[in-house]
Amino acid sequence: MAGDSWKLGAVELAAAIAGKKISCRQAAADALARIEALEPGLKALMRSCGDEALSRAAALDERLARGGQLGPLGGVPVVLKDNLCWAGHVTSCSSKILESYEAPYTATVVERLLAADAVVVGQSNMDEFAMGSSTENSAFQTTRNPWDVSRAPGGSSGGSAAAVAAGYAPLALGSDTGGSIRQPAGFCGIVGMKPTYGSVSRYGLVAFSSSLDQIGPLTRSVADAALFFQTIAGHDAKDSTSAKWQPGDVLSTVRAADVRGKRFGVPREYFIEGMEKPVEAAVRAAIARFKNLGGEIVEISLPHSGYAVAVYYIVATAECSSNLARYDGVHYGLSSREAGDLVGLYSRTRRAGFGAEVKRRIMLGTYALSAGYYDAYYLKALKVRALVKRDFDRAFEKCDYVLGPTSPTVPFKLGERIDDPLAMYLSDIFTISTNLAGLPGVSVPCAMVDGLPVGMQVIGRDFDDAGVLAAAAAFEKTADLAGRVAPAKAEVA
Amino acid sequence: MAEYEAVIGLEVHVQLNTKSKLFCGCSTAFGAEANTQTCPVCLGLPGVLPVLNRAAFEKSVRAALALDCEIAPFTKFDRKNYYYPDLPKNYQISQYDLPLSRNGRLAFEVAGHEKSVRIRRAHLEEDAGKLLHEDPRGSGRSLVDLNRTGTPLLEIVTEPDLSSAEEAVAYLMALKQLLKYVDVSDCEMQEGSMRCEPNVSVRPKGAKELGVKTEIKNLNSFRNVAAAIEYEIERHIKLLEAGQRVRQETMLWDADRGATAPMRSKEEAQDYRYFPEPDLPPFTMTAEETGRLRATLPELPAARRARFETALGLDAYSAGVLTAERPVADWYESVLSAGAPAPEAAKWVINDCLREREDRKLDFADFPVKPAELAALIGLVEKKTINPTIARQKLLPAMFETKRGAAELVKELGLAQVTDAGAISAAVEAAIAKNPKALADYRGGKAEAVMFLVGQVMRETKGKANAGAVRELLEKRLAELK
Repeated sequence: MAGDSWKLGAVELAAAIAGKKISCRQAAADALARIEALEPGLKALMRSCGDEALSRAAALDERLARGGQLGPLGGVPVVLKDNLCWAGHVTSCSSKILESYEAPYTATVVERLLAADAVVVGQSNMDEFAMGSSTENSAFQTTRNPWDVSRAPGGSSGGSAAAVAAGYAPLALGSDTGGSIRQPAGFCGIVGMKPTYGSVSRYGLVAFSSSLDQIGPLTRSVADAALFFQTIAGHDAKDSTSAKWQPGDVLSTVRAADVRGKRFGVPREYFIEGMEKPVEAAVRAAIARFKNLGGEIVEISLPHSGYAVAVYYIVATAECSSNLARYDGVHYGLSSREAGDLVGLYSRTRRAGFGAEVKRRIMLGTYALSAGYYDAYYLKALKVRALVKRDFDRAFEKCDYVLGPTSPTVPFKLGERIDDPLAMYLSDIFTISTNLAGLPGVSVPCAMVDGLPVGMQVIGRDFDDAGVLAAAAAFEKTADLAGRVAPAKAEVA
Repeated sequence: MAEYEAVIGLEVHVQLNTKSKLFCGCSTAFGAEANTQTCPVCLGLPGVLPVLNRAAFEKSVRAALALDCEIAPFTKFDRKNYYYPDLPKNYQISQYDLPLSRNGRLAFEVAGHEKSVRIRRAHLEEDAGKLLHEDPRGSGRSLVDLNRTGTPLLEIVTEPDLSSAEEAVAYLMALKQLLKYVDVSDCEMQEGSMRCEPNVSVRPKGAKELGVKTEIKNLNSFRNVAAAIEYEIERHIKLLEAGQRVRQETMLWDADRGATAPMRSKEEAQDYRYFPEPDLPPFTMTAEETGRLRATLPELPAARRARFETALGLDAYSAGVLTAERPVADWYESVLSAGAPAPEAAKWVINDCLREREDRKLDFADFPVKPAELAALIGLVEKKTINPTIARQKLLPAMFETKRGAAELVKELGLAQVTDAGAISAAVEAAIAKNPKALADYRGGKAEAVMFLVGQVMRETKGKANAGAVRELLEKRLAELK
């Protein structure tokens, strides 16, 4: 096992460590060796934290040697998306404006996984401030898809997805505002979960769009996602939007995975013009398998789906225009302090600190909230958002889960869409509605098309996160795609 | 010259006297070293989230109830977006279209008549920090102190119901009295815990249409509020008289020059881009919760003043003075509870205790003389154990000095009134014998001679004799000698 422990899932690895079949230090060293070998080709991480990981692992081993116990993630390597604050560490959001910003406090989710004795091995690359669907909007580097390094890993949590797919760690945290966990999980052939809004604390997640952001796991199996989710979820008094709710034993629910008698809704709006035919065929075939599992397939309609992208790009940009106002060069982060007045300091700092996509969204959002436009854009968007939510409420009268594709395409080539924001925005067409409605959604690998992964999405009712994971797990057993590590061939096309 | 009338509305911000800030646990204490009362949340660092201080919300509701406002059953926070270095998030969490309360009123007296002002709304928001444009260490740079950032502010907006500077100040004083009564704010304009931005317009007397208004900022005392309003009224009238128009703009008061000047228009051309604060879910106030908070309100100053007049039989002036501040009224009522008669106790509190408070810089919340001891003093005077002059000049000061009881001090200092007829009689005889001129004056028909002799007897007895008894005895004796 030594040397190969990076192949293990989190559940197995934690058990092996608890059973003293492998040490925490060995697990960390294996992960770090894997990172060292592949990172030059993949560029999934903003920074790895080798020394700290090894010394933390050694401390955990010592505790075990003294007869102590480890937490549920004891010794398991994890990767953090670089928008999660971790005291004493740079949290850059892959933006120049926070390039050397060191967080003075730790996000609740990071505290919880450290309390569960996980070992952080790296912080992952992302689209700047989580704005993007390919990780090409990082101010520093382009992450490559470990299944085909000429292709995008998806985004914005593309670094986390690539890291897990390539075996850097069995677990990574991502954040999902419109699909930023599920779409890269689909592109990288792994499991990605966007939990119910309010089930996981956002305290310490650098905000993009507060009413849509949610932190969730990226893993190579549904069971690992369940373990990770139950570790980080549950009420947090530091987040006023956090629900007074506890996840319970999600892992057991997932292990029992049984979908007999459950009704699975397939929205007719989710198989659209322009969808890649092999992707559509793969997802339809996957859906049919739920019938074999004892489920019932029902056709449903989500009539306002067509407006979701438009609504999203008003709500998310409006909120981000306000959330990102604090990066002004006055208090912390990049500061362009050459001579000049206050407005000059603001504009120079922000011009130099933000990339094109972030600027575009700040401008869009500022416009949508401006006097004279508020009613036509922001207020209208809020109303349509309520209709999107109502579509799901009605659908869940007819079914227990909604199934559909995660993305309309297989991973696209790097550079292919970066100059066409509208085409890029459509990457998230199937995932955005879930954020608008606050619902839990999981992307689970359902097929390989020409050597490239295709993901299927399972969406459930509010706070039925365990049910969504169980449905995904039931499917996972039929697909023989779980636990695979991508080849991550380092040659660049 | 046409006659004009002024139309004035006031926007007042008061800092709530909560221990901690509105959205984090930092202290709100005034005067700490710069930037020592901060945390990631009030510094607006990346990733932080606000959590509402329930005590601040409840204080706001109590203030709104005291102002007779309707409490919204459903309320929310909004973001007010603008860039300024004292606002680290570059947005202020405030309330826009669904404030926690609306439609109140405050009645007060001004120049002998009752005035009632409608309150448009009262809402809760966070305060900004402070900019120091001159670095005391002489770096030539501006400095930012974020200790105040996130302190809860209640914004109270009136309808334009006021018509003079005098009324505006009377309103502010009534508001301050009320908010101190309900223990919501200290309302110290100098410390910035009460801030006032009047808006002023004028129109020909009796006109229906409102004139163009200007808003005045930078007022740090009631006196400046009055002076600035008067200045603006004059300025508007002069413009109108000259056939010019008033520009709608924000004026800054310059207390040194005693004049207003327009703020740079760049600073006021703001589009705040309000939108609902996504980090704080809207919340509801049930009638039960409102009722529970209403039950915590003390008797308000107007009602208390009326009761002091009707139930206690005090004159309007005394009732006003005694109810001006809640600790004074509370202390006074404790004196009554200890058995003192209301009018007599009122005199002692107003004439003596309030003066002692001034002279000795005391606080009624921790007064060295306990209410029961003042009641005891009043009882000793009533029973003629001591005379009122001795009580006022010797006993009460001794009580302030020593914090000891009245009866104990009377005994110890030998202040008891001399009522022994023999002793008084001897003193009378001695006084007449020592002052033959007074006797001669008396005989010559000068009535003042009696008062002179009374004084001599009182001096002889160190003031402890009963002055009435002395006079009676003297007159009797002088008549015999005539």
